Amino acid sequence: MEPILEIRHMSVFFTQYERGIRKRILPVIRDLTLSVEAGEIVAVVGASGSGKSLLAHGILGILPYNSHMEGTIRYAGESLTPERSAKLRGKEIALIPQGVTYLDPLMKVGDQLRKGNRSEAVRSRIRRALERYGLGAETEALYPFELSGGMARRVLIASAVAEDPRLIIADEPTPGLDARAAERILGHFRELADEGSGVLFITHDLELALTVADRVAVFYAGETIEEASAEDFKEPERLRHPFTKALWRAMPEHGFKPISGAQPYPGAVLAGCPFAGQCSDCLPECKTAEEIPLREIRGGRVRCLHPYGERKKEETI
Amino acid sequence: MKHRLQFTGKKLVRMALLLLGVSLVTFLLMCASPLDPLQTNVGQVALGSMSPEQVERLEAYWGVDTPPLQRYLGWLGSVLHGDFGTSLLYRQPVLDVIGQRLSNSFLLLAAAWVISGILGLILGVTAGAFRGKLPDKLIRGYCLLISSTPAFWLAILLLLVFSVWLGWLPVGLSVPAGVAADAVTFADRFRHAILPALTLSITGVANIALHTREKMVDALESDYVLFARARGESNASIVLRHGLRNVSLPAITLQFASISEIIGGSVLVEQVFSYPGLGQAAVDAGLGSDLPLLLGITVITSAIVFAGNLIADLLYGVVDPKIRRGAARE
Repeated sequence: MEPILEIRHMSVFFTQYERGIRKRILPVIRDLTLSVEAGEIVAVVGASGSGKSLLAHGILGILPYNSHMEGTIRYAGESLTPERSAKLRGKEIALIPQGVTYLDPLMKVGDQLRKGNRSEAVRSRIRRALERYGLGAETEALYPFELSGGMARRVLIASAVAEDPRLIIADEPTPGLDARAAERILGHFRELADEGSGVLFITHDLELALTVADRVAVFYAGETIEEASAEDFKEPERLRHPFTKALWRAMPEHGFKPISGAQPYPGAVLAGCPFAGQCSDCLPECKTAEEIPLREIRGGRVRCLHPYGERKKEETI
Repeated sequence: MKHRLQFTGKKLVRMALLLLGVSLVTFLLMCASPLDPLQTNVGQVALGSMSPEQVERLEAYWGVDTPPLQRYLGWLGSVLHGDFGTSLLYRQPVLDVIGQRLSNSFLLLAAAWVISGILGLILGVTAGAFRGKLPDKLIRGYCLLISSTPAFWLAILLLLVFSVWLGWLPVGLSVPAGVAADAVTFADRFRHAILPALTLSITGVANIALHTREKMVDALESDYVLFARARGESNASIVLRHGLRNVSLPAITLQFASISEIIGGSVLVEQVFSYPGLGQAAVDAGLGSDLPLLLGITVITSAIVFAGNLIADLLYGVVDPKIRRGAARE
């Protein structure tokens, strides 16, 4: 079956002016490849500043005016042009944003979800969506500042669900929630996926992602460096990229070992592997290689010259 | 409700203190003025031909012989009894002069206030919505040009074009010259108010438009607009439903704060158009050492400006749901 969303070699660039004169083109996402099947939750995991939100905005066609995008995005088998994404966003493709600041502070929740459409059909659709998440009709008359953190999160999910979307993009939908509340929210995503929607779940929290996702794409400095199934994380030797390994070791139950150094800023790395500076297994060619291709290994994908697994093979020989 | 009453009460106390301060500063400035009231109002030649008794009586009339502190306290005491004194130049009660002048200026000030507010809002919202594009550049260019133009110069320019060259509108005054007071029609008054009101509006627009534009740009860069876009709302819907709504609160503040600028601007503009309004009276009182009138005008206009700001604060409570619902819950 064709995936509901298929991103190939997507790059996002920002045009900046240095000291007001010199134009600089800054790559924020580089050569990203990712797919989401219907009924599947794919988590995109990466540190803040790795370009995750721009991925969501790129799919929805709402990137800021000083940026442009390259590569192809296919939605339900057809190319997702800017015109098509303008038509589909908010209908078949829905965004679930981070929190209450994404609601207009001066507009009542109900008015906001209805998007200015007063018809009875829309009214009852919104009411049903809110009810599904335990929010009564009185919620519609509230202003965003009157919602609790958890309520706001449920309102945002309801806003997506009300449209009956086939693809849901959730951009960090759980920060500030305690573990139990976060799990409840993720449970809603599982439910939506089980009903047949594809869910792209963008987060910085690997541990949380693994509780719900089918597949995990690891994002580093604007690149996908590994795509692995959630199963792979149960046996760390199945993981392919040194960064993913390091992430795994940084999880509290696996030793809580921090990764030294910091992720480079977008545009800082011009050649070689962006992770080279933090990698414990870095080799000379890692810093000079013109391009490091995304390779398929063990049913997943990795962007590394010497991924784990292959390396073992070399060692045994 | 109790909260709002308390709020209003506090504001009124501050207003009383402010008016006291304003009157004191005006008085001190007047004392420091190098103009000798006798020489300015009676004239050097006339003074020379007067007997010492006459000069003494004049000095008493203009208050030159009274110590400043005593003069101020005397003024303050009668104002607290509701008596603003008698204008020395017009020989009429100060409140009568102000009432008459204010009713002349009212048409002018109100028109300028409404026009600059509405036009400024429209221009600001348009510029913000088209940020960086041609309409924005044109509007911003216009606003910057106007902000750096002195109001009196603009007044002279308009006078030159519309009254002298084209002859469409009268050169000055608030009513036609040589017409009996009861023969003056509203149309006459209107025609005479057009140019001064236009000058005040044109200069007032720039400030409001530039501020509104900033607020609009902020709103359009906000998370909630991003989300509205992600939910498929059109640009028009975003500007009208979210942009305008979120610009409305700062716009209220701006609109009422601009009262002070309109009144301030009217002083110069009325002078250029010889428009017998409050602004012109203020200039006359200042130059003619008419202390009671000047103090009266300053206090009353300060009160109007303060009242404007108070209204803005109270309107916030009506418009902003955070304050409205917050106060209702108490």
